[in-house]
Amino acid sequence: MIYVKYFASLRDRLGRAEDQLDTHSDLTVAGVWAVLWPDKPLPPNTLAAVNMEYAELTQSVRDGDEVAFFPPVTGG
Amino acid sequence: MKVELRPRPFDPLLELGCYQAGLDERLPGQCGATAIFIGAMRDFNEGEAVRGMTLEHYPGMTERYLQQIVEAASRQWPLLDGLIIHRVGELQPNDPIVLVAVWSEHRAAAFAACRFIMEELKSKAPFWKREDTADGSRWVEHNTPA
Repeated sequence: MIYVKYFASLRDRLGRAEDQLDTHSDLTVAGVWAVLWPDKPLPPNTLAAVNMEYAELTQSVRDGDEVAFFPPVTGG
Repeated sequence: MKVELRPRPFDPLLELGCYQAGLDERLPGQCGATAIFIGAMRDFNEGEAVRGMTLEHYPGMTERYLQQIVEAASRQWPLLDGLIIHRVGELQPNDPIVLVAVWSEHRAAAFAACRFIMEELKSKAPFWKREDTADGSRWVEHNTPA
């Protein structure tokens, strides 16, 4: 199982905060998005993290990983 | 080095005083320079009055990322200590958002590291601001460049 989280404006736009993806195929971060949202291209400037570390869209994802997608950050 | 997220309003100068008292015991006579930055909420942004704000974060990753920023600063400059306190949740105009403080022997390292920590935090730490205006609420799309 891959655990997926969405934050801030992206979560609002998608209408949910989390997904779970039961897959046995090898996926990248971009692949996770493509499986979950086949009709929605990943919005430009979206950032991604795997297990709470920033990740490139080409990074591989393993069973049990937590993948997060979020818009540019605006803290401080 | 200490990193903390606060769900309620905090007083940065009071926090700084308490932390400094601990440092005076731990590192007596060593800190020749302290640089601090305090960021607070404005009541105006992008041409509109802002009544309040909500700061969202990614529990777990945000704390970890702030810790990594402080550690990166420590590798680049000879710091004696560092502190980040950052608000999450609901804020009112004037509320402090962030306190960054760094201690070193001399000012160059303190100034540079404090600036570095703030810039890294603004551009990469996972926080998101949603502002409440007269027309409803809106996500802040990007931070000001400086």
